Amino acid sequence: MPRRIFITGYGIISCIGNNIDETLTSLLQSKPGTGRIRHIDTILKDELLVGEIPKSQEELFAMAGITPVEGYSRNALLGIIAAREAFLQGQLDENRNLKTGLISATTVGGMDRCELYYNDFLTNDSRNAHIDAYDCADSTERIASLLGIHDFVTTISTACSSAANSIMLGARMIRTGRLDRVLAGGCESLTKFHLNGFNALKILDKDPCKPFDQHRAGINLGEGAAYLVLESEESLEKTGNTAMCELAGWGNACEAFHQTASSPDGVGAFLAMKKALEMSGLQATEIDYVNAHGTGTDNNDLSEGRAIEKLFGESIPMVSSTKPFTGHTTSAAGSTEAILSIFCIQHQVIWPNLNFRERISDLSFSPVEKLLTGVQVNAVMSNSFGFGGNDTSLIFKKV
Amino acid sequence: MAFINGIGLISPQKTAESKEFLAEIVEYTADYLKCIEPGYRSYIDPIQSRRMSRLIKMGIASAKMSVAEAGLAMPDAIITGTGLGSVEDTEKILGEITKEERFLNPTPFIQSTYNTISSQVAIQLKCHNYNSTYVHRTFSFESGLIDGLMQIEEQTASNILAAGIDEMTMNHLQITRRIGQWKMHPVSNLKLLENSSPGALAGEGAAFFVLGAEKTGSAYANLLDVKTCLNINGSFKPASLLPCFLAKHNLTVYDIDLLLLGYNGDCNFDPVYLDFANHFFPGKAQAWFKHLCGEYHTATGFGLYVASNILKHQVYPEILHFNQMNPPRLKNILMYNHFRNVNHAFMLVQAL
Repeated sequence: MPRRIFITGYGIISCIGNNIDETLTSLLQSKPGTGRIRHIDTILKDELLVGEIPKSQEELFAMAGITPVEGYSRNALLGIIAAREAFLQGQLDENRNLKTGLISATTVGGMDRCELYYNDFLTNDSRNAHIDAYDCADSTERIASLLGIHDFVTTISTACSSAANSIMLGARMIRTGRLDRVLAGGCESLTKFHLNGFNALKILDKDPCKPFDQHRAGINLGEGAAYLVLESEESLEKTGNTAMCELAGWGNACEAFHQTASSPDGVGAFLAMKKALEMSGLQATEIDYVNAHGTGTDNNDLSEGRAIEKLFGESIPMVSSTKPFTGHTTSAAGSTEAILSIFCIQHQVIWPNLNFRERISDLSFSPVEKLLTGVQVNAVMSNSFGFGGNDTSLIFKKV
Repeated sequence: MAFINGIGLISPQKTAESKEFLAEIVEYTADYLKCIEPGYRSYIDPIQSRRMSRLIKMGIASAKMSVAEAGLAMPDAIITGTGLGSVEDTEKILGEITKEERFLNPTPFIQSTYNTISSQVAIQLKCHNYNSTYVHRTFSFESGLIDGLMQIEEQTASNILAAGIDEMTMNHLQITRRIGQWKMHPVSNLKLLENSSPGALAGEGAAFFVLGAEKTGSAYANLLDVKTCLNINGSFKPASLLPCFLAKHNLTVYDIDLLLLGYNGDCNFDPVYLDFANHFFPGKAQAWFKHLCGEYHTATGFGLYVASNILKHQVYPEILHFNQMNPPRLKNILMYNHFRNVNHAFMLVQAL
């Protein structure tokens, strides 16, 4: 019998809340957090709708409990805020003899400061403290160092599926006996770099995004950080933590189709979901809800929708994308949506797919339109798909 | 543990054009050691390759070299480690958006995404299996190897393609020179230790390995284990970590025949290796390799190539000797690498 993996803590920050409680409140009020760009100086400022956290760098320093000093990226501060919330709830500061790991995910890394100071990097020494902070490992090492985690520390970058892959790796590190508990998730701040990049790909919506709608027009990029505490059963006995739910299955597959587009029949999505389902030992009919990747692009939603149809056949579970709430937090999306999925199990609710009006003509199902409360939710599938056709699916189950 | 059944390496040495193990050594007196790239025509369709940046091409070519050597058609997993991804593409975008923000060419943006190499290799091999990318400084390649070793333990994969790949540009070199990472002037890679000075000699490379649950005819060695440890406030304690790591494979420090160390010519950090060797392995043979490939986040990819070849061919070329000691036999190699005394990693490789 393979070791079981339990979730015992979580922490989150996004445009719908600075912590777990605020996030849950916004969701229960069906209140999205998207708006105009305020903290980045870009020509796209008045053009795009994004899920920006309404906090300045100084405010984030205060929230992270750190005296402002050169060298911290916005990304690292977001990571610290969410990771610490999860760390405290999972009581990782105790039982230090347990083997503990930190697996974080990011793709833009410290680009938010790098793009501001790049000309200084090239010409003078005034911003040298930020040179080291531009890579992906910087935010991870700052979190590790602040929280004192060192047994295993790494960073994953598979674009928009990154944080789901860090949760999956964390579970595998526990299952193979390398670690007892893991803080796993991801962080990503908005940057001029990827706002322009996504804009060049013409996949951004200027209005609130409409996943799974016939007239969907693209993504609202977002930012945030989210981390989960994963523990083995043996670790639970020592920490005395209460399991919120179990991570019952995971699967990753590759489209091997195109660098940025999904295949028309969603082969990668199908394989990832199928692997996760098989591992969970659940029947397809036992999945109560799919928290879809649902970016709102033409390509993703059709491809993911077809993969869902193929996997679930006649009995498609309730499906929604929560990206209209948070925006697409890219490398943090996997762990952000893992937490939103766990909420469904804890509070017996299903989140609405905001802004949906008309079913995609090529699909047989529509997403959930209104908040559902008092529903029985025992098992949730959470999908995260990234550039390079990197597709990951996670299944959370009630204990 | 996993068998190393195939290797593809593009490096500043002639590793891409010849299977011979370091038969001819290339000397450089340069700011950094640059890869000797193969002709890409035999690896990538020229129409596709025209749009690919350098790192992607190096990745695909070295991946194809490794699967060809191992005779592997379809890996069960593709795992890449890269500290910085395509620096060239990232710089292109930064150059544009920091001067005048206007509609970008999307290609550099797509290629700057770190997992592009892993997914391009998947596209080339039509591989729908597990795919991942690690981007943690000098843990990047090691994290991928650990992932691969776990896949074999979990029996979710029997053949894994694992890589370490990074490139250097003059621009990036100049930026990171500001924080003391590199030598300030060109030096000869073969006289790296003659004039002790701060900063390492930079390099680059693309190394792909086929890790197998079963040994094939092309096998080099057995990768027993990999361990990383972040040193925060003295948390790296080799006195307890090292014996534990070796004991898992029923080995002690006395069983290690050769130490392969990450000396890179930086007088501020090379003493960490010397202290480690003197303390735990007094009188043991010490080898080094970074004078041949330079320092970069995934330089241990070149190191694993060196360890694998020493064990396969049972030779210990003089160019690798760091001290005068000769190993009694060539069976167990311990590679130890660190980055600025923060990122410490062990790799244990055994002869077949």
